[in-house]
Amino acid sequence: MTVHFKQDEPDNSNRLDGMKQGVLGEPLPRIEGLAKVTGTAPYAAEYPIENCAEGVLVTSTITRGKVTSIDRRSVLSMPGVIAVVDDEKMCTRAAQGTANEAPTQGPKQVCYWGQPIALVVAETFEQARDAAKHLKVEYREEDGAPLDPNAVEPEGQEDETVHQGDLAHAMAEAAHNVDVTYTTKGHASAAMEPHAAIAQWDGDKLTVHASLQMLNYNITELAEALDMEEENIRLVSRFVGGGFGSKLGISEEVVAAALAAKQIGRPVRVVQSRQQVFQTVMRRSETTQRLRLAADSDGKLTGFGHEALVSNLPGESFAEPVLQSSHFLYGGENRELMLKVARIHRMTAGSVRAPGEAVGMPTLEGAMDVLAEKVGIDPVELRLRNIPEQDPEEDLPFSSHKLADCLKQGAEAFGWDNGPRKPRRRREGEWWIGTGMASAARVHNIAEAKARVTLKADGTALVETDMTDIGTGTYTILAQIAGEMLGLDPKQVLVELGDTRHPRGPGSGGSWGAASIGSAVYVACKVIREELAKKVGISEEVLELSEGKTATGESLTDLLEGNDLAREGHYEPGDIEDDYTASGFGAFFAEVRVNHYTGETRVDRMLGAFGFGRVLNAKTARSQCIGGITWSIGVALTEALEFDPRDGHLVNCDLAEYHVPVHRDVPDIEAVLVEERDGAASPIQAKGIGELGMCGGAAAIANAIYNACGARLYDYPMTPDRVLAAMPD
Amino acid sequence: MADTITVNGTAHPVPDDPRVSLLDFLRQHIGLTGTKKGCDHGQCGACTVIVNGIRINSCLTLAAMHDGDSVTTIEGLGTPDEPSALQRAFLEHDGFQCGYCTPGQICSATAMLEELAANWPSDASESLEESIAISGEEIRERMSGNLCRCGAYANIVAAIEEVAAGGRS
Repeated sequence: MTVHFKQDEPDNSNRLDGMKQGVLGEPLPRIEGLAKVTGTAPYAAEYPIENCAEGVLVTSTITRGKVTSIDRRSVLSMPGVIAVVDDEKMCTRAAQGTANEAPTQGPKQVCYWGQPIALVVAETFEQARDAAKHLKVEYREEDGAPLDPNAVEPEGQEDETVHQGDLAHAMAEAAHNVDVTYTTKGHASAAMEPHAAIAQWDGDKLTVHASLQMLNYNITELAEALDMEEENIRLVSRFVGGGFGSKLGISEEVVAAALAAKQIGRPVRVVQSRQQVFQTVMRRSETTQRLRLAADSDGKLTGFGHEALVSNLPGESFAEPVLQSSHFLYGGENRELMLKVARIHRMTAGSVRAPGEAVGMPTLEGAMDVLAEKVGIDPVELRLRNIPEQDPEEDLPFSSHKLADCLKQGAEAFGWDNGPRKPRRRREGEWWIGTGMASAARVHNIAEAKARVTLKADGTALVETDMTDIGTGTYTILAQIAGEMLGLDPKQVLVELGDTRHPRGPGSGGSWGAASIGSAVYVACKVIREELAKKVGISEEVLELSEGKTATGESLTDLLEGNDLAREGHYEPGDIEDDYTASGFGAFFAEVRVNHYTGETRVDRMLGAFGFGRVLNAKTARSQCIGGITWSIGVALTEALEFDPRDGHLVNCDLAEYHVPVHRDVPDIEAVLVEERDGAASPIQAKGIGELGMCGGAAAIANAIYNACGARLYDYPMTPDRVLAAMPD
Repeated sequence: MADTITVNGTAHPVPDDPRVSLLDFLRQHIGLTGTKKGCDHGQCGACTVIVNGIRINSCLTLAAMHDGDSVTTIEGLGTPDEPSALQRAFLEHDGFQCGYCTPGQICSATAMLEELAANWPSDASESLEESIAISGEEIRERMSGNLCRCGAYANIVAAIEEVAAGGRS
């Protein structure tokens, strides 16, 4: 039985606070954690499937043109080689997040360097890899593919454009103004588990073990790519070794494995190499951003301008949504916001953790630091003065707003010195030392979700959904929500995820997972409580459940009388999505050292304070926060995709040349979880936290670099060469 | 007698194909998938195992080179029923999120603590001669070959520090 709840109004009842089990929000260790630390959790490529052949993708060595011939004979005589697959249904790009349709197909048509064009299948991985290297491919290349985002006429994005008042006039009249242009380099998700799939057919039924974030969309994408019915497909992703946006849509190896397995009549495994993951899946677009801030003598904004140029391949709908939080974070009645996309032939641009704010916030918050200096007030105070009463562009209230609390609590916890700020005030040997801060903001997303909860006759519970846990803590928080509602120790709650045989959730992405699927579990549990209350003869509102018993001592097993009680919860966000502007907010504080002679920056300590609705598990929520802050360090200092200007290929396509933060780059990080209940965000009053921790943090580091050594930089990442070039004598 | 590799106490024949890396041997040939492939180029540390007491990247060495060697993988350090002190500490400190780098982090940390005990100096050490004090900076330096993209570093260091101080035994 399915219970549908469409939320048109905020739910400020905070029912979960009145439950008696007392486990929600507690810092419980992950329930799947023991499997992960002992190496017994199976990831996509690790299922022992009998008679499984191995496939290796072959990728294009031209930028644009046609594959004119593939010489199968060049490899079919090699030991162990079974087949060369170049089916027209093969995908040449990964699907964008929530695309819900097949990505671009047809491997004969090449659109970027490194695009998959064929799959070689052999008995062993070593044989397939060798043969893939020897496959002879001929092309007809089309010269002149545009590769430089600054050298083409970009397309405007009307949805993102705002003209309000007269910004030019406001800038001219302002007591203080800032007009600066920033650049950010492209980023890679670089999830530790490479994209992988094992496909096996049983007649016309297909099962694929894959590493995917959003099975509910992925099954549709795969069905369309293969021209088959969804009912005949089962996707399984119980453990996902990180996603960060790169596994939102189905990627090339999933479709290739399915086609190859069909062709040879055996299961086929395809694991992308690290280099292929870098070059064929998704990049975050580089950006060029102009920020204009006009302020009165008190630092109150009268004008706000943010224009951004991003890039993508022709035909891709995704445009890095750089301005997403700029629309509502600060006031200023005169506003100009504009997003443009340059069509170029680099690999696909798509979602990488916190698309938009990950690069939009570090530039905005850098510009705010410049403004604070001009106005001559503390940067924390500048933010506090510019928090708008309501959405400055749309006539909408905020659902809840914790920026001021985060700024104040964060400053206190960090020990922020709000005295006069001048660069170059502290030096120890070769090192300049300074501090910086920035605001955090990330829009709240939520989506339709379904989950089945079964209260078993033996007094345990089962939660089933196709929702994924990509390291975010889904397994654990769903056990906590169900445990809290049904009066059970979470150890008594079995959670089964990542299988399309279960009711469908929205998947993991856009930080929407916990609030969406958590609400579906809440809806199911609420109805089960109503059934139990009926049996007791009281109303659900006063039913108290803890440790498997009611307040009057009746056990769940007695009430169930030997029967399971199963309900499917179906949560759907209704008018709440349109009636409010909803966002997570926060504040970052950093202390850095900058070497006077080498320009090297070391982050000595960092703190973030975040308000993201109800905390479902203080341990996993904190881990999401410190993980985001760790990414902020990468954005600020090291991460940059470099493309060859001649053919557009991604040059630094591995973990030696693309520099994600390592242990020694990351200091002790503190996270302050600011309590919040946001009833317009979800019926469990929760928002997302997976991305907020990296939405602005890089600016806290950039601003600290300026405070330390006086080098004001406008280009991320702030590598030693750039810092040195900007360092005053 | 055929060439053998001993893994977690059990002897296995060395594979015929000389191209098989030790990592692929563990994962594909003997079904020990706890050791992870993250990059296959010695850049991420997810494949770290302990060979004759020393931690190495198993993707950077061929199985055929390990005749007579003794290999310990994550499965050999502890089990869900009997996890090692480090495995328990990682669980309590949430020293992981997605879990994919975790076996490599734990194998690496296990051998790293032995290196510290044996007074092997690192870039973070104050002196090459004197005994080395265990510190966060020593641990960070010595663990920098093990990447964690989820960003659990602060928790990983806390877990290792606790075990280094004699906890979770």
